[in-house]
Amino acid sequence: MKLRLVLTFCIGVALTPMQAFSQASPIGDATAGAEIYRRECASCHQIGDGAVHRIGPHLNRIFDRGAGSHSDFRYSDALLRQGRDGLKWDLRRLDAYIENPRALVSGTRMSYRGLSDAQRRADLIAYMRAYSDQPQNIPEASPTAIIREVDLPESVLAIEGDIEYGEFLSSECTTCHQRTGSDAGIPGIVGWPEEDFVVAMHAYKQKLRPHAVMQSVAARLDDDEIAALAAYFRAIARE
Amino acid sequence: MKLNRRRFLGTATLATAALSAPAVLGQARPRVVVIGGGSGGGTVARYIAKDSDGAVDVTLIEPSRRYYTCYFSNLYLGGFWEYDALGHDYGNIARTGVNVIHDWAVGVDRDAQTVALASGEAVSYDRLVVAPGIDFVEGSVPGWNVSQQSLMPHAYKSGTQVQLLKHQIENMREGGLFVMVAPPNPYRCPPGPGERISMVAHMLSQSNPTAKILIVDPKENYSKQALFEEGWERHYPGMVTRIGPDMGGDDFEVRPETMEVVIDGEVEQADVCNVIPAQKAGKIAELAGLTNESGWAPVLPTDMRSRMDEKVFVLGDASAQGDMPKSGFSANSQAKVVANVIRHELTGSRLFPARYSNTCWSLIATDDGVKVGANYEPTDEKIASVSSFISQTGEDADLRRQTYEESIGWYNGIVADIFG
Repeated sequence: MKLRLVLTFCIGVALTPMQAFSQASPIGDATAGAEIYRRECASCHQIGDGAVHRIGPHLNRIFDRGAGSHSDFRYSDALLRQGRDGLKWDLRRLDAYIENPRALVSGTRMSYRGLSDAQRRADLIAYMRAYSDQPQNIPEASPTAIIREVDLPESVLAIEGDIEYGEFLSSECTTCHQRTGSDAGIPGIVGWPEEDFVVAMHAYKQKLRPHAVMQSVAARLDDDEIAALAAYFRAIARE
Repeated sequence: MKLNRRRFLGTATLATAALSAPAVLGQARPRVVVIGGGSGGGTVARYIAKDSDGAVDVTLIEPSRRYYTCYFSNLYLGGFWEYDALGHDYGNIARTGVNVIHDWAVGVDRDAQTVALASGEAVSYDRLVVAPGIDFVEGSVPGWNVSQQSLMPHAYKSGTQVQLLKHQIENMREGGLFVMVAPPNPYRCPPGPGERISMVAHMLSQSNPTAKILIVDPKENYSKQALFEEGWERHYPGMVTRIGPDMGGDDFEVRPETMEVVIDGEVEQADVCNVIPAQKAGKIAELAGLTNESGWAPVLPTDMRSRMDEKVFVLGDASAQGDMPKSGFSANSQAKVVANVIRHELTGSRLFPARYSNTCWSLIATDDGVKVGANYEPTDEKIASVSSFISQTGEDADLRRQTYEESIGWYNGIVADIFG
C-alpha cells in the first residue's frame, strides 16, 4: 500500500512543469556500461573492491587522477609525459581516450582500437564513475551528470526581467550577498542599474571576470534568469 | 527509483492536479511544521512565513533557545572567532511570523499528520519538514560511546562540546599529543576535519610548539587534501601526521579512561583525543520512518520530498539526495527550493525550477583561506553535481587573504539570511 502510494506520487512529481526546466542528465546508463566494461576493458583493467594492476593499471579512482600517476605501474613514456604536462582524467579526456587512445596520447601502450559509439562510451564512463570519488564526500570531485550548454542569443539586454522569478532566484545570491546591500567581505549587489548587472553576470558566465564562485553561479543562469535577477535587485532598492 | 520520462507525459495533468489540488482548495490556513532550527529548518520556516504573508501557518520546533553554528566553530578553536559570535537566537524568525516552539519532537504520526512533543502536546501539519541534522552511529568507534564525550569530545555539533575541546587543548601538557579520529564517509562538512586540524595546529604552534598532531583516518582521501597538506607543511612543518587505511587508520580503538588510542595494535598515549564517529540522520527522522538501511532519509531530487511520504520533506544533513555534501550552505540552498514548492502546493504561488548549490570555505592559517564549491541539478535519479571548482595549491597570499575575507562575508550573509 505504502509502496504504491509513493510510486503514484513519484509520477506526479515527474510531471510537474519543473521537469521541463531540468538541464542535467546522467552521464549514461551505468548498468549497460557494466556489460560494455566486461567486454571491452576487463581483460586488461580491473575495477572495484580489491582491484590491482594487471596488463593495464586498475581503474579505481581514475577520475581526477593525473595521467600515468600510479607509481607502481609501468606506463609508456608518452603517457608519463602527458601526465607531467598536466593531463588529468575527467569526463571529456576519458571520453576522448576511449574513443581513440592514440588521438589523445600518440605513443600510448594501450592497444585498444577505440569505441566509436558515443552512447556506449557514455554508458561505460557512467559505470566507471561509480568507482571514483563521490561529490557528496569530496565536493571537488568530477561531476556525475552533464549539463546542457546554453548559447548566448542576440539582444540579451532587451529582455525584461521577471521580478517574481528574480526573487526566487535571488535566494541563491543572498546566501552570501546581503539583502541590506552591505558589502563587508562580499560585495553588495542591491540597486545596481539593470544593464550593469546583466553585463557583469554575462562576463562571469563567459569567464571573463575571474571569480570561481561567481563563474559557477553564472554558468547555469540563462539570459531570462539574469534579466530577472537584475530586475529584482534593482526593484528592492526602490522599496 | 528510475523514472521513464516519456511514460509520464500522457497523464501529466491528472497527476499534477491530484497532488496539488486538495491543499490549494483547503479551508483554514494550511499548516507547515518544521522540525529542527538549523540552517535547513530555520531557512525554510523563515522563507515560507516571509513569502506567504501570513497565508501559511508555520511552526518551528527546536529545543535550543540559542543555536550555535557548526560552521566557523573551528575558527573559534583557532582563536579567529568569538564563541558568542557563533550563537544566534530565534527572535527574528519569530518576528517573521513563525511560531517557534522550544521543545523536542519525539515522534511523528504520518497517518494522523501530527508531531508529538516531549511536553505531551501534538502539532498537526499539512506539510512537514524534517531537518534534524546528524546523530552518531553507536559502536562505530570501538571503545567510545556518547557518555564518554567529556573525556574524548566529538565537538561535531558545535556548542559546549567545542568549548570543551578548546579548553582541553589549551591545557595540554607541553609537547603533548593531540589525536583526531576522523569519520568514515558520508559525514557532515567534508573539509571540517582538515580545517579543524589546521586550527588546532595554529593554536598549538603559538602556545605549545613542540606538541604533535596525529590523525587516524579510515578513508583513503578527503576533501581539499592537497590544499591542507600543502598548508600544514608550510605553516606547521613536522607537526601533523596522518595515518590512512594503508597504515592501519581503519583499524583502531580508543580507551577514554586511560586516554589511549590503539592503532593497528600499537598503543598511543594521547593528551587530547577528538573522536568524530560515523554519522546518520538525526533520530527523529528514523523515528518517523523516513530513513532506510543507510541510516539517512532518501528524498526525491526535484524537491527534497521524502521517498516515504509525499507530505514530508527532509532537508540538509539528514537527507540522502545524491551529490550535495552535508553542509550548512547545502541545507540553506535546499530549504529555498522546499519553501517554493510548499508555498506552491498550499497557496498556489508560482513554482520555479529547483536550484541547488554549495560552497565550503576553510581556513588553514592566518589569512590563508581556501574554498571548494559546485552546482547541482536534479536528474531522474539524484541531485547530481554538474560542475565544481576548488582553490589551487600555490596560490599567492593576496588571493588566500581575499578568500578568507570572502568566507567572513559569507558567514555574515548566511546567518543574516536565516536568523538576521
